[in-house]
Parts: sequence; C-alpha cells; structure tokens
Amino acid sequence: MRSLPLLLALLLATPALAVIRVDINSGTAQPLPVAVPAFATASAVATEAGTTAALGSQVASVIAADLASSGLFRPLDSAAFTTSVTPADVTAPQFAAWRTIAAQALITGNVTANPDGGITVGCYAYDVFSAEELARQGFVTTAANWRRAAHKCADLVYSRLTGETGYFDSRIVYVSETGPKTHRIKRLAVMDQDGAGHRFLTNGQSLVLTPRFAPNQQTLTYMSFANNRPRVWIYTIGSGHQEAISDTGNMSSSPRFSPDGATLVYSISQNGTTDIYKMNLASRNVTRLTNGPGISTSPSYSPDGSKIVFESDRSGGQQVYVMNADGSGQQRISFGEGRAGTPVWSPRGDLIAFTRLGGGKFRIGVMRPDGGGERLLTNSYQDEGPTWSPNGRVILFFRTAAGRGGKVDLHSVDLSGANERTIKTPLDGSDPAWSPLLP
Amino acid sequence: MLHRASTLAIVAVLVGTAACSTKKKALPPPPPPATAPTGSTSTAPSTSGSSDTGVGTTNLPGSVADFKATSGSDTVLFAYDSYDVDDTAKAILGKQAEWLARYPGVKVTVEGHTDERGTREYNLALGDRRASAAKNFLAAQGVSSGRIATISYGKERPVADGTDEAAYAQNRRAVTVIVSGAK
Repeated sequence: MRSLPLLLALLLATPALAVIRVDINSGTAQPLPVAVPAFATASAVATEAGTTAALGSQVASVIAADLASSGLFRPLDSAAFTTSVTPADVTAPQFAAWRTIAAQALITGNVTANPDGGITVGCYAYDVFSAEELARQGFVTTAANWRRAAHKCADLVYSRLTGETGYFDSRIVYVSETGPKTHRIKRLAVMDQDGAGHRFLTNGQSLVLTPRFAPNQQTLTYMSFANNRPRVWIYTIGSGHQEAISDTGNMSSSPRFSPDGATLVYSISQNGTTDIYKMNLASRNVTRLTNGPGISTSPSYSPDGSKIVFESDRSGGQQVYVMNADGSGQQRISFGEGRAGTPVWSPRGDLIAFTRLGGGKFRIGVMRPDGGGERLLTNSYQDEGPTWSPNGRVILFFRTAAGRGGKVDLHSVDLSGANERTIKTPLDGSDPAWSPLLP
Repeated sequence: MLHRASTLAIVAVLVGTAACSTKKKALPPPPPPATAPTGSTSTAPSTSGSSDTGVGTTNLPGSVADFKATSGSDTVLFAYDSYDVDDTAKAILGKQAEWLARYPGVKVTVEGHTDERGTREYNLALGDRRASAAKNFLAAQGVSSGRIATISYGKERPVADGTDEAAYAQNRRAVTVIVSGAK
C-alpha cells in the first residue's frame, strides 16, 4: 500500500502565550474540558465518502474520541452546545458561547471539497477563556481518507496542548484469536489505533504469533507455524506477499526490526538452547549475538539502534539484559522480585517496558535502561507483551483472564498507570504491536 | 513387515479379545468357532450363522496405538519451568525407545509444550528445551537422532484448559508423535 498524500496546506500559527496546558505526567489530573463541534462546510458537496457536511460531523467525532481515549481531555456532550459553527466562526469563534458550557479548549475547523475530488480539513484549536488561537493546520487528502485527516488534527491538538508528539494517526497489528484454548485459531489482523479499518491479513490455517511493524509501517515481521516449521516470516501489507526469512531448519522466533528497518533481530532455538541473532535484510548475512547458556530471546533495539534489550535465564530465571548491537557488553539490568521478560525499548529511549512475573501474575512495568526506577502499571491475572505508542506515552498489552476459556483481549494504559482501557476487537486479541506515526 | 504366521496369530488375538472389548454392532459377525471367543459376553458357540457376540479392536504391533500402549504413554510431563526428565518420564521414554528399536523404519516428532505461566516467546524456547530433552533421552537409549525431529508449541496448544495446577501439570509435556513408518 502506498502512503497516501497528506499534505501540509497551512502553516501552524503559534501565539506567543498559551494559557492552557495539559500536564501529561500527573495521572490524577482532571481531564481538560474541550468542545469539538461538527466541522463547518460552506456548502455540502458530495464526495466519494459522503457530503462535506456529513464528513464535518464525522471528523469532529473521530477527533473527540481520540482526545477522550488519551484520558487527558474530556470532550463535552454536543447536546450541551449552545451554538453551532458556521464557516465564519472557524476563524472567529463565538468564545462567549463556549465559555457558558465551561469548555476550556475549542477544536473547530472546516471540510472543503477540492476540484480533484479530494478534501481539505482545516483544523483550528483555541483557548476559550483567553480567546487565543493555539494552532491551525490544513490537511489535504482523498475523501476516503478523511479519518486520517481527523487523526492528524487530533495529533496537532494533543501536541499543542501537551508539548508531546501525538500518536493518533497510527495503526495496530495484533493476533486475532478464536476457538477453544486447546485448538485456538490465530490470525494476523491490522486496524487503526482507534479500531477502525479492521482487517485480517491471514486466514487462520497456520498458527501465527508476535507480529511487529517495520519502521515503514508497510512491512511486518512475525512468527508462523506454516507447514509445521515454526519460523520468522515477513509480510508486505500492500501486496500480501509473505516470505519465510530464517531457513536453518531450527525454530526461529521473536523477530523485530531495527529502527532503520535494515536489520531483523530474532531468536533461533537449537537443541534446547535459544540465542539471539541478527540478519542484514539486504545481504541476508546472519550474525550471532548471544552464546548461551540457556534461553536468550525477546530482543528489542534502542531507538538509536546502538543497543539491544533482551531477556535471558542465564542467571536462573528470566531477567532483562542490555547489550551493544554487536552483541558485546551484555549486562543484566533487572533485579526486582520475581522474573522479568518481554522487554521493549520506548521510542523515546528513556524507558523499557516489560512483563514482571511473580506471585502467580504477569504485570506490565517500566524501568530505565539502567534498570532503575521500576514501576508496575497494571495488576491482573496475566498482562503480557507490552508495545509503545509512537510517542512513548501509552503502552498497549494483552490480558488473559483467569479460569477456563479466560478471555484474551487488548488493553492500553498511560505511562502514569492511569487511564487503563480495553481496546475493542471483533474477536479475542493478543500480541499487539503499535506502528510508528504514519507519514 | 509382519510374517504370515504372526499375522494369523494376531487375528487369533484379535478375535480372542473381542468379547472383552467394546461391542461394535455395525461390524460383521465374528468368524465361526474354530477360534471361538470366550468371555463374559460370549454366548454358546454356534456352528452356523451369526452370533450376538461383538467384535472389538486391538492394537496391532507396529501401530501408533501399539506404540502408546506398549510405552505406557506417548507423553511425558515436566515440573514448572523445568526440562528435567524425571524417573516417571525416563520409564516412559525408555519404553518408547525399546519400541522404536523394534520398528527402525518409524520416524517421530517430539512436541514440546508448556503451561501458560510463562511469556509467549520464553515458552516457545522452553518447549524447545523439553522436546530436546526428551529427544536426547531417546537418542541416549539408542534411537538414531536422525529419526527424531522436534517442534515447540510453547503455550499455544494446551491439552487442558484451566488456570489451576491440575491443568498446568497436564500441559507441561513432551509428546512423541509418530510421523511415518508405523502400520
């Protein structure tokens, strides 16, 4: 799939003083009341995705849902609005009307049909009480691609009000599960970050596990048991092309791309010992990075590509280690109670998310790359397999409920430990991986 | 591979045990009473026509069922997060090795499995450990390692669904599956 053109039409105009600011680090902060009225259109023009008037309403709904899902914003009920937005109001809002419902921020804009059949979504953010404009930007795309324009607008608002990059214009790949636990059918599936555009990538004939995005978002790596040969595969989303990568005759597993996409790091199991290898995808040259004893697996690169975090039981139980990307300098970093596995380096580089095993539970935690500052974010029977939002603020994981036939589904939690949410999927879900921000 | 004489002997065994086994009414009646079945459900032998005596099944030597019956099990169990082959497992694997020695044309795959109390990728590696431990034991008993493949399913294919020790214990296993060469 080619990346859709989503062009910057207007440059953002940042006022010198912003009065409102959302503190992302305090999980207990009250979410900011925000009004997101239907985006205006000068005249309802038909597009391939409905009229511009209908799109204006849908765009506002997607933006409101994005902002609400972060836990940092509280979109106000549109039934309470005392005014609707005309095209003239977009650049000169009726602030008094928004003050009466105690909206602190106003997200407004317009949807305009372009001569080529596409649309422009104008996105404006205001501080209601100071009557100041906070940001404006236009997004040009195909009408069918309106959801991504809405996500871009939500990312702009999030970024302007929190000081962090957004994450709403992104996707999730995961494993869709169905059937009894003893005969589970698993399929690769991909969806937008908000669950829209869900589709299955494989048909369930082969057991598939642990999909992860390449930095180009168009390629996945995963593990498949196709032909009863468990090994690492690569999937190209647009063409559907699938290719087995590691062909040593031994099981290969837990693949991940390097941050530049040129290298695949994964494990090979041979006669009971599992070690980490990397493959240059252009030359297919393979380099061994660990050399026992025991099990070393679940490698994940640091965002600068210089280091790899992984887990190993060389000291007895599963613990988290860091090494240089050439395999040198292997050093244990986790020392807390119980075991620690499935480490994943944050895209910001400052933290490592992992699974803490102990007391009959799996919990999602974070720690610094030196192993300090450990915090556990969740507490359930089995929470496993963390993956980071592109901005390193939110962690997605999967939860298995206790008991026979216990449900398996996707959840997200803010880095503060607040705002835990279930991510809805058509069937059960596991092994989520978040994409980078889409271009 | 079986000689004619032993085949006949097997038929005799088959018929002999039939009366003690599950009745399969849809099957044809048993042969006449040169090798008359005996047992609790048998009736007086009839020299003509069919009787009410049922016909059961038995495990023919060299069959997959015979492998399981002779070995005691196709499955050995492991302790939590362990790949140590304990005495119970050694006894079963020892009998599996004896059986495999009798049927050198048979090839097997040892499947390694785990319970769900480990993370997915670690459990794939642990399943490989268990499969390899069982394979290595069979090989040490004289089974050519070229006849033994391994595969790990990690925690993906439990036999028992549940989150208690009874279920976990059944799921921590290595299963010797005959893939070719059996009758």
